[in-house]
Parts: sequence; structure tokens; C-alpha cells
Amino acid sequence: MTDTFDVIIIGAGVIGNATAYYLARRGLKVAVLEKSDHIGGGASARNGGGVRQSGRHPAELPLAMYGVKNLWPNLSAELDLDVEYYRAGNLRLGKTGAHLDILAQLVQSAEAGGLDMRLIGAVEARGICPGLAEEVIGAGWCPSDGHANPLLVTLGYYRAARRLGARFISGAEVVELRKIRGRVAEVVTAEGEIRSAGRVVVAAGYESRKILSSVGLDVPMHPLQVECLVTEEAPPMFCQMLGTAMADFYGHQSRHGSFVFGGSHGYEAHAFYGQPLGTSIAASSVCRAIIGYLPALREIKIVRVWAGWLDECADHIPVIDNPAETPGLTVACGFSGHGFGIAPVVGILLAALATEETPVLDLSAFRYDRFRAQV
Amino acid sequence: MSSERTRDFGRYVAAADDDVIICRCEEVAKGEIRRAVRDGLFTVHEVRRLLRCGMGLCQGNTCARLVRGIIARELGVAADSLVEATGRAPARPLEMRVFAREQGL
Ligand SMILES: Cc1cc2nc3c(=O)[nH]c(=O)nc-3n(C[C@H](O)[C@H](O)[C@H](O)COP(=O)(O)OP(=O)(O)OC[C@H]3O[C@@H](n4cnc5c(N)ncnc54)[C@H](O)[C@@H]3O)c2cc1C
Repeated sequence: MTDTFDVIIIGAGVIGNATAYYLARRGLKVAVLEKSDHIGGGASARNGGGVRQSGRHPAELPLAMYGVKNLWPNLSAELDLDVEYYRAGNLRLGKTGAHLDILAQLVQSAEAGGLDMRLIGAVEARGICPGLAEEVIGAGWCPSDGHANPLLVTLGYYRAARRLGARFISGAEVVELRKIRGRVAEVVTAEGEIRSAGRVVVAAGYESRKILSSVGLDVPMHPLQVECLVTEEAPPMFCQMLGTAMADFYGHQSRHGSFVFGGSHGYEAHAFYGQPLGTSIAASSVCRAIIGYLPALREIKIVRVWAGWLDECADHIPVIDNPAETPGLTVACGFSGHGFGIAPVVGILLAALATEETPVLDLSAFRYDRFRAQV
Repeated sequence: MSSERTRDFGRYVAAADDDVIICRCEEVAKGEIRRAVRDGLFTVHEVRRLLRCGMGLCQGNTCARLVRGIIARELGVAADSLVEATGRAPARPLEMRVFAREQGL
């Protein structure tokens, strides 16, 4: 006999777990199938923890803003776990006139979307975050941005969904979706187990692509490998999220005192797709960038570096949709490196899509059928 | 192998040594680890992500085996059936300025 569920979610990352939680809260019978032996071992356990609205694509901004206004402030209470959410602002730093031009553009796009962000001078920036290098001449300042602990958010949603009766099965790699009378209705794992559901939600990061191909769908995305590092603990230095106009580093100081930083080195798109293994150049280039903006951190020790994969969509925003050609299927992938900050709102939106209710925000920018030939 | 995460553990029976600190860097007690397992965290990776045991300065060099043993006992499986947390660079804590000098500058 096959197990039958109202909804089967594929992928126990922060997106899948949040969706499972909001569906279980409505009393639905939910199962989550996770390929790895560990819950939340994908990008969701590897990210930099940024809960930012500034710098987001105009289409994604309303999602980010909805989350910061309505969901993040209550998330710890909701999940019965302190997820270390700080709404302490984001400083995006600049050292040159060209940097300030980039920041001015970001401010303009934020204003167009109704987000409070402004350009501030060096003195004000140093008032917000003492310790900035002399060379910093200005910054973009978004007071309502922040950060949270991604490990706790991901596992918090898992724990809360599980407490509400959602069934999680790890070590269950989905290899095929099957249609019955035109509707996606069955999920097959590598071990040959078949489970059926009224609806299937695919939230498996880049690997969603392989799963979706079994029902003839394809989302144009590619994997990008990005890396992070964490330092030893230090006394509180700043509580904002920091970034730069050049995006050469970003990061924050976490509750227990370690600094968590990420950044880029230029070869992200060329990594061999497989186990996310750190390169030898990422931590070095990120450290150089950090020291250039926060010279006091020269002597702090790094305790760990790691890598993770991004599911980079062709137009840098996700697909969040019930594609017309596959009734019974909901798609959520292509988060392009911003999926953590919007995970709570995406969970709510996916719960609405999965139950065929009207979502609280317009999702037309995230439709599966938006990709058109570019030449 | 697939693992069903909903399991009946029965009532939590407090142990005399539940207050013993297992991870000294991050001050995580045995009872906290036991409770996390009952809350669905079945692997060393998951427990350390929730409680931070093994995430401090020594990166688990001292407590890794103890943590694994406690999780295994709570689950009723052999300790060596659980994989240890992934070791990562650097082998020893290293200053940012050292990393930053990789181009010999
Ligand atoms: C280093 C790094 C830094 C980042 N920084 C930020 C940040 O600061 N702010 C921000 O908002 N975002 C950030 N992101 C992006 C963010 O982490 C992701 O967008 C988000 O975690 C996506 O969640 P997910 O659940 O879609 O993906 P994942 O967490 O990757 O989950 C997908 C899950 O699906 C599982 N899976 C795959 N194939 C199958 C299959 N066939 N069957 C069953 N399960 C399967 C995987 O094992 C995985 O657990 C960062 C990402 C990285 C890697």
C-alpha cells in the first residue's frame, strides 16, 4: 500500500521546512522527503544569514519587505526557538566615487519600491559602526535590514513542523514524479518507494531541475559555488549587517560573538558541481576585503571555512508557481542566493499555492512560463 | 538509507548526569543533547547546528565522540553508525592577516 498525503514536499531546506510548517499548521497531512541523511544540509545550513531588503530585485523586494514587516519579528516566538534575528540595519560601504554611484543606484531602486534606504556620509557610517577603515567615504544605509541564524531558522521550522505532525523522511532521494490522468500525483525515490499526494512541492535547490525534468519542465538556472568563513568569538563590535558596493565581502557578528563573513573571488560559476568543497582562494580574497574595511579584524582567527551551492536563475529571481502544464505541482527554486531572508514569506506563499488559495502577494513575476527567447 | 523522523521515544527520563557539560567551548550539557534528539535531530550535524556543541574554538576535537555516543544511545543505535561532523580548514585557528597574504603581499 502506498502512503498518501495531502502534500509531499521535496527538499528539507529552509524553503521546504517553512512550507511544511505553514501547511501542517493548517492541519494538512504533509510529508517532506530529503535526499541527504541530514535535515537542512544544503544552502540553508551554509548561508550568511542576511535578512536584507536593500539590493533586492524590484520584483523580489515586496516579498523581502513583507517578511521583515510581518514574519521575522515574531519568528522566534512562533518556532519556540530564539533564531537570533537582529533588525539592526545594513550598511553597504563605499570607498570611491564609482562605489558611491553604485550605492546611489541602489538607493534609487529602494526608494522606487518604497523601502527606506539612504546614502550617508563617512561620519554617520562610523557613528553606526565604529572601526570602519579611514578609506570609507560613504555608505548605503537601510535601517530595517538585518540578519538571523540560518541553522536555527532551518531546524526551527523543521522541529515546529514535526511537532505539528509533518512527517520527514531523510535519506530519501526523489528520482521521478509521476502523473496520473494528467495530474502530478506520485513521487518515486531511489529506493523505489512510491508515495502519493494531492499536491507535490519541489523545493530541492538546483537539483529541482533534475526532478522537474521527469514531468517535462525545465527552469533555466545554473549552480554557483560560494563560500563563507567564521571566526573565533570576540566581544560585541557591531550588530548591523555589512556589505560593500563591490560585493567583495558581507557579514555580521553573531550572537555568540563569532563573525560570519562571505564574499566572492570571481570563479564561482566555474566550480565543479558535486560536494561543495572550498577553494583555496575564497577565504583569502574575502579576508583581504574584510581587512580593507575593518582593519581591527586583522588579528582575529578564523576557525572554519565552508562552501555551498546557489541555484542561480537566468534572471536572478526564483520560480514560485503552479505551472499550468503540470496540475498538482508547485515549483519553488532558483532562489539565486537570496532565499534565506525571504524563506518565511515564501513558506506562506507556497502554502497558499499548494492549497490553491490566492497568495497574499502578487507572484506573477515568479511564473514558470516567464522565460522568453532573448535574441 | 531512508530514515523516518517521526518516532515514539516514550517519556523523557531525566538522568543524574544530564547537567554534565559535554562541549566545554560552547557549554552544552548532556540533557540538552538528549532532548534535541527527541525533538527530531538525529545526526551529529543536526545536533551541532542546533546546540553549537563542537562549533567553538576547538571545533569538536574534545567532545565529538561524546556527542556522537549520547545521540546514538538516545536513538538506540551503534555509535559508529552515525557519521562524525565534517572536518574543515583551517586545521588550527588562523589569523585573517595570514589568509589575506596568500599572494605574498
Ligand atoms: C554561502 C551561501 C551564502 C548565502 N547567503 C545568503 C544570505 O546572506 N541571505 C539570503 O537570503 N540567502 C543567502 N544564501 C542563499 C540561501 O541559502 C538559499 O537561497 C536558501 O537556503 C535556499 O533554500 P532551499 O530550501 O531552496 O535550498 P536548500 O537548502 O539547498 O535545500 C534543498 C534541499 O533539497 C534536497 N534535495 C536535492 N535533491 C533532492 C532530491 N532529488 N530528493 C530529495 N531531496 C533533494 C537537498 O539535499 C537540500 O537539502 C546563501 C547561500 C550560500 C550557499
